[in-house]
Amino acid sequence: MKLSVQINEGPYTHAASDTAYQFTKAALEKGHEIFRVFFYHDGVNNGTRFTTPPQDDRNLVNLWSELAEKHNLDMVVCVAAAQRRGIVDPDEAKRNGKDGNNIAPGFRISGLGQLIEAGIQSDRLVVFGD
Amino acid sequence: MSETKKFLYVNRKAPYGTIYALESLEVVLIGAAFEQDVALAFIDDGVYQLTQGQDTTGIGVKNFSPTYKALGDFDVNKIYIEKESLEARGLTLDDLMPLKYEDEDDDWAEKDSIHVVSSEELSEIMDQSDVVLSF
Repeated sequence: MKLSVQINEGPYTHAASDTAYQFTKAALEKGHEIFRVFFYHDGVNNGTRFTTPPQDDRNLVNLWSELAEKHNLDMVVCVAAAQRRGIVDPDEAKRNGKDGNNIAPGFRISGLGQLIEAGIQSDRLVVFGD
Repeated sequence: MSETKKFLYVNRKAPYGTIYALESLEVVLIGAAFEQDVALAFIDDGVYQLTQGQDTTGIGVKNFSPTYKALGDFDVNKIYIEKESLEARGLTLDDLMPLKYEDEDDDWAEKDSIHVVSSEELSEIMDQSDVVLSF
């Protein structure tokens, strides 16, 4: 089945990203296709490489990056939500005059149209959040 | 992308206090450009999103409620309010903004976008939707 995943909460405060990660990993292991993973609301905070949890805890950002690299996942961070919350890639930094960027490997910043397209193109869109 | 799917946006939270309502509306407006079959549902505290006379001057947050009145111009004209959620909060249809649209198949007659439906009817609407986005 062709699936897309939407994550509406940031890491650590809320289990949504953990659950979505486990779901995505399990779906891939079962042979399903993941069309796109879309990060919205505070979910965009899953895409900053500046996250530094204690060493004995999971690093969710790295887990997503590694999963993306292994399976060539398309992980999209909503641009409007990212701008509000300070998630920045090199292009956005330039456009908005910021002095740096923090996007993690495997993530890209794009528009909400990518979420709608995921809904249209996928057999199921699975939403994780409150 | 010629395929048309039934999108249902389910709005469950109060308009202020969290950002879900505002960012849901942003998805609806962007999504309108994709010419899909779009409907909105308002349940639980989500019914407060459509109340009349919202005034946010005391909380320093932008009042985005006028944007709902533009939905009709974006061909978003199926808006379902759950009856039980309204009643539980002591609200009636008169407390909500009168959202209208012009029906191009009926000589542009002005019609109501809002439909009050029971919980049971709403579950039927959800069942018939292809993509349900919950905010």
